Amino acid sequence: MPMAFQSHRGLAAALLVDNVDTDQIIPSREMKTVSRDGLGEGLFAGWRYTEPGGREPAPDFVLNRAGQAGTSVLISGTNFGCGSSREHAVWALMDYGIRAVIAKSFGEIFHGNCLRNGVLPIALPADEVDMLAREAGGAVFSIDLASQSLTTEAVPGWTGTFEIAPYPKRLLLEGLDPIGLTLKEAPQIEDFLDADRKARPWVYAAG
Amino acid sequence: MATLFDKLWEMHRIGDAGDGEDLIAIDRLLLHERTGGVALKSLAENGYGVRDAGRVFAIMDHIVSFRSGRSRDEARSPGGEAFIVETRAMAAQAGIHLIDTDNPAQGIVHVVAPELGIALPGLTIACPDSHTCSLGALGALAWGIGSSDAEHAMATGALRLMKPKQMRVTVTGKLAPGVTAKDLALYLIAQYGAAGGKRCAIEFTGEAISALEIEGRLTLCNLAVEFAAFTALIAPDEKTLAYVSGRTFGPQAEQEAAARAHWASLRSDADATFDEEIFLDAADVQPQVSWGTSPEHTASLGASVPDGADPRALAYMGLKAGDGVRGLPIGGAFIGSCTNGRLSDLKAAADILKGRRVAPGIRAVCVPGSQAVRREAAALGIDKIFIEAGFEWGEPGCAMCFYAGGETFPAGTRVMSSTNRNFEGRQGPGVRTHLASPAVVAASAIAGHICAPADILVEGGGA
Repeated sequence: MPMAFQSHRGLAAALLVDNVDTDQIIPSREMKTVSRDGLGEGLFAGWRYTEPGGREPAPDFVLNRAGQAGTSVLISGTNFGCGSSREHAVWALMDYGIRAVIAKSFGEIFHGNCLRNGVLPIALPADEVDMLAREAGGAVFSIDLASQSLTTEAVPGWTGTFEIAPYPKRLLLEGLDPIGLTLKEAPQIEDFLDADRKARPWVYAAG
Repeated sequence: MATLFDKLWEMHRIGDAGDGEDLIAIDRLLLHERTGGVALKSLAENGYGVRDAGRVFAIMDHIVSFRSGRSRDEARSPGGEAFIVETRAMAAQAGIHLIDTDNPAQGIVHVVAPELGIALPGLTIACPDSHTCSLGALGALAWGIGSSDAEHAMATGALRLMKPKQMRVTVTGKLAPGVTAKDLALYLIAQYGAAGGKRCAIEFTGEAISALEIEGRLTLCNLAVEFAAFTALIAPDEKTLAYVSGRTFGPQAEQEAAARAHWASLRSDADATFDEEIFLDAADVQPQVSWGTSPEHTASLGASVPDGADPRALAYMGLKAGDGVRGLPIGGAFIGSCTNGRLSDLKAAADILKGRRVAPGIRAVCVPGSQAVRREAAALGIDKIFIEAGFEWGEPGCAMCFYAGGETFPAGTRVMSSTNRNFEGRQGPGVRTHLASPAVVAASAIAGHICAPADILVEGGGA
């Protein structure tokens, strides 16, 4: 069941790297559990710890820096979350406490996975993201989903606005169960299948 | 004036789902053990069943051991057997098709699905694996999803989607001998960037695409996700129809004629329009090798690392702007994966390897994409060529395409790989992956440094 998201106020960290892939967000070796929980420890493990598989914090990694404890908003570059479709990447972000990612663009599947799990993907123009990474890494952001806008203490007078499709917006605002919602359309699905079985019988004969 | 994508979309459109989205019927849902067990378990825990178990297939590929003679539950990652055991148990409980580790049809999901006719022209196919777009090579609408959407598709038989924009990539002319679909895909990504596909559904068309065999088309479409495409498509033609004929899960005899007539209609109308257009001349494409940590960090084999290259990538790869990758000594070679683990890939590599030996100090591994590929290769004597050249010859699976824990190459090793991703740590912590075609990987393994097949042929063989 997805977690609801209405508004959020939290500390940002700037990780201004392009093409941050889901292997970096959670390395495959950190996907040790057949459940969705407990993955936060593996978040960015390759960058966050000094040794592969170890837990000694790498001092240079942004989330380990002084003042970044409790970070809940990430600022990143182009094509954030590209690569493997592993939903563990979003589960790891959630488990760590990240509730929103501001980036220049997102990997397609990762974007969908975020919306299904209560992490808000916010795409902003490249120059705005560059400005935020420079001026507001380590600053507090206020994000409001209903009005699709965000502000930060570090840039007074600036308000960012972002796009989100109506359906995922509704899911997030209300924390709805997408399967339950779609199953309300069951009669329409049955009608489609009845007609399609006649039109394309080979599709339904597998095995 | 509809595109092929428009036609596939309309054919599967159950109706308006509100909020600007459509409800799209899913014909085939594919699972693998890395996420399949989790999805099936979560579905059951939330009180939902699988709507049509006969159209759901679970295939073991991601973390199964590739050790020759592996046991049934053997994983290549510590604790990985739990994923195998869990997926097997949950698949049995749900009553879906299971292609287990010891099944003679087992292999990588995107290799097995075409082999068995699970993937056919005109089908919608979803799978919690990003390279599901491979199957668009057959004229299927296939795309990668997350686990939550896999649960949704199993419970409802459908997915809610906003129709993506469409792009056409037209490739005119002919690829030169020795230049492959892999080179074409890497060239496209390098030219337009890893985000260049703009979340579009892409149709590949043109003389060079028609000339590709089905396995090459699968390779090309496989890499569409590295281009940030929603999916890729190639309209079915005579080659496609010949390829899918008689496959295990294909149409039964009495349905075959209707299916073939339907498939023949799957093409974009001549006057159909696309939101984006890219034109490439196949003659411009040379063998490619990646130098960095994104597939967009790729150049022709003889080119040097460009000025202004991403410093983070260069630091990881131990390179600097202006360096050439040709001639760099390597420590590893891998041939396999859903990108380049098919019979034609193994044949291309074997042509180079025959009568030669891998250079000393190099660990070279070949893992066929499926049991069928492995058997066919053995029947042609390709297994012996690989083994006599000094390659390990593995059991099918995703293998060293990604690191899952367990054994890998030592940190810092430069590895030539026929796979799809050169991300930091993709093949193990600190491992430096260079993407290339199987022939280029094989030639480099023989030479001990990154080189073209022609370099080996001129040198007249390895040690």
